Amino acid sequence: MSILIDERTTFIVQGITGREAVNLTRECLDYGKGAKIVGGVTPGRLGRDVHGVPVFDTVAQAVAHHGAAIDGSVVTVPPAFTKDAVFEALENGVKLVVIVTERIPRGDVAQMVELAGDRGARIIGPNCLGIIVPDVIKMGGIGGPAKDAAKSYSSGPVGVISRSGGMTTEMSSTLTAAGLGQSTAVSIGGDAIIGSSYAELLPLFEADSQTEAIVIYTEPGGRMEAELARYVLDSGSRLPIVAFMAGRFMDEMPGMSFGHAGTIVEGKEDTASEKIARLAEAGIVVAEEISQIPELVRGRIATTV
Amino acid sequence: MSEALFIDVRVDEPTSGDPGLAAKLEEVCPVDIFRAGPEGVEIVRENLDECVLCELCINAVPAGTIRVIKLYAPGEELRA
Amino acid sequence: MRFFEYESRAIVAKAGIPVTRHGFATTVAEVSELAEQIAGPVVIKSQVLSGGRMKAGGVQFADTPAEAAGHAEQVLKLEIGGQMPRGVLVDSRAAVRHEYYAGVVWDGIRKLPVMLFSDMGGIDIEEVAEQQPEHVARAHFSTLRPFSEWQAKQVIASLGISGTVLGRLTPILTRLARLFLAYDMTLAEINPLGELEDGSVVALDAHMDMENEARPRQRELLQELGVGDEETRQAREPTPFELAGEEVDAQDHRGVAGNVTEFDGNLGLVIGAGGGSLTLFDAVRAHGGNPANYCEIGGNPSVRKACGLAKLVLGKPGVDKIAVMMSIVSNTRVDIVARGVIKACLELGLDPAEKIAIFRIPGAWEEEGFKILERYGVEYADRSVSLHEAARRAVEKIQGGELAGAR
Repeated sequence: MSILIDERTTFIVQGITGREAVNLTRECLDYGKGAKIVGGVTPGRLGRDVHGVPVFDTVAQAVAHHGAAIDGSVVTVPPAFTKDAVFEALENGVKLVVIVTERIPRGDVAQMVELAGDRGARIIGPNCLGIIVPDVIKMGGIGGPAKDAAKSYSSGPVGVISRSGGMTTEMSSTLTAAGLGQSTAVSIGGDAIIGSSYAELLPLFEADSQTEAIVIYTEPGGRMEAELARYVLDSGSRLPIVAFMAGRFMDEMPGMSFGHAGTIVEGKEDTASEKIARLAEAGIVVAEEISQIPELVRGRIATTV
Repeated sequence: MSEALFIDVRVDEPTSGDPGLAAKLEEVCPVDIFRAGPEGVEIVRENLDECVLCELCINAVPAGTIRVIKLYAPGEELRA
Repeated sequence: MRFFEYESRAIVAKAGIPVTRHGFATTVAEVSELAEQIAGPVVIKSQVLSGGRMKAGGVQFADTPAEAAGHAEQVLKLEIGGQMPRGVLVDSRAAVRHEYYAGVVWDGIRKLPVMLFSDMGGIDIEEVAEQQPEHVARAHFSTLRPFSEWQAKQVIASLGISGTVLGRLTPILTRLARLFLAYDMTLAEINPLGELEDGSVVALDAHMDMENEARPRQRELLQELGVGDEETRQAREPTPFELAGEEVDAQDHRGVAGNVTEFDGNLGLVIGAGGGSLTLFDAVRAHGGNPANYCEIGGNPSVRKACGLAKLVLGKPGVDKIAVMMSIVSNTRVDIVARGVIKACLELGLDPAEKIAIFRIPGAWEEEGFKILERYGVEYADRSVSLHEAARRAVEKIQGGELAGAR
């Protein structure tokens, strides 16, 4: 099984005629069992097609053409237009919105997340590469072209959650090489406010019978890791978690931003060392190097079975 | 900017003098290697190394009239 | 981006929050003039972005214009946290009956803004929250529904504050909450918020941080304040090396090859992407290496840009070799980066095989990239070599093997 998406998931691509979106559409159509991309939206481009996907002016047109509710949307429009595009998707019944766009101000993200909450929908991102269920479907640019994604991702027991899109692939590739496949890998985005955090995705993985362990990629900045640690302690999650923490050097450089918009040490709680301590308290092991992750995962799967 | 190190592009005589093809090449190349000049196709040498091997130029002209040569791999070239 | 206090005050005043009589001055003469106008005791406050002004001697009290001028002379010359002041704020010293705290920040977990209010102002709010949590009230508020006054009133009243002052504090916290959203702030703080002897309530200091991503749409406010596009307002001023990195990145719109931060080591880094760069920088240091810089490549930059970045790093004094490393790429192309870094070496008259300690970028177009690297004799690695192992090899090459094996 998987979380968030599976082979039946239908989605649209908002901003489909942009250069990156065209590539992303091709990649998703080609990967695994082939994504069911039922339409694309770019205002003023009604009637065109992108790799055989019909283009509409509005999400409502795409829904009408499909003749049923559409599960998801990948939003890849410029930052100034993203909020409107996401609102449009949510108000037209879309329940899963993957926001690829980066450099969206927090105020806009908070509004999108709030509306999603009101509509019973979920947002992944912004500033993310999306979701992949190995050999089945990918929603977003995650892993790149289908043949490249196939090299890095394989099906198996590990759920992957990462604040970095590229590191989602690097870690999954390391797991794959060690014979440990992934149930679902989610690039959650590198911003200070994101639609879905570790702690919010963990219950989904817990409910997924294929998933036996979780691997997360984390960075300094924000309180998301502390939230995860608290969740794990309170809920007694069945899943062992192995974490990797990048950007340890940033502890010496408060106030400087590196890597992602959300990666900045603003208070003592959001340093790498503080986060490692919090995670450890919750029994989450933090790997020193990516290459140690498969062994740590194996050991922990063995002990929980 | 020094001479191209990685990519060279050769355009055969009849194609290079054709103003229509020159305009087409200028349009299709994503990294501006071709310019339509008064004499036909001009190669913008400082952009040669930006070539992404997309083959759009090769597909835009009659078969065999453009060669994209990989200077880093002797004997390898792209040709329609 | 951070605002100076004099700018923050202008922002709160614009939002309708009363402030004490004050002015901004860059010369001693201007300070005297302002002190004359205020005609009473004043405070001279250094205008720097870093904290710790009071401790550093950047805040001085004066009873007369002459005294104010004397203090200003010193404060204007005083470096604080490595920064010279932009000027001084000349503030009238008000007779304060009580100091409050009012602030708004983002809560990344709840994904909502949260307002904080305390009846113990004038000191660090985090300290109060830790030691006397009963003196700090807070409440989240919606970004979708308009902010309503009762929300501010409820927070303030929860501390047991009542009477006339409740009615005066409420509109101030309301306006602060509204300006926080309207101006895309990440922090909007009035501390202290003073209740004066005459019963009026005024902002005695203000601290504002705006989100960088919002600068384009806040241009009007920034222009009004006279903040130029070139002012980064980072925790420290960019170095010439870092500014040169920005220039490299700005030369075309294809991808990123920038975000350069200067360090003082001997191993130049041409690394990416966001998470990969963080991982690799740590990895180099974990193996005893000394990075000369941090940087990020991503989004498939042009050969020109990769070349420019590599040249910049290679040309940095003290750099012996560069390591070119990224996490597995899917959008950025291996062959394009390979061309860029080799071109950089050759154009500087250097041997790529000698100068590039290692090239570890697996992924899109790697077959083509590896052909290029082989042609120039550059040591490269595919995905079977981990990021840490690649970093170790680079450090080993530059340090002759002794330190690198230590780990």
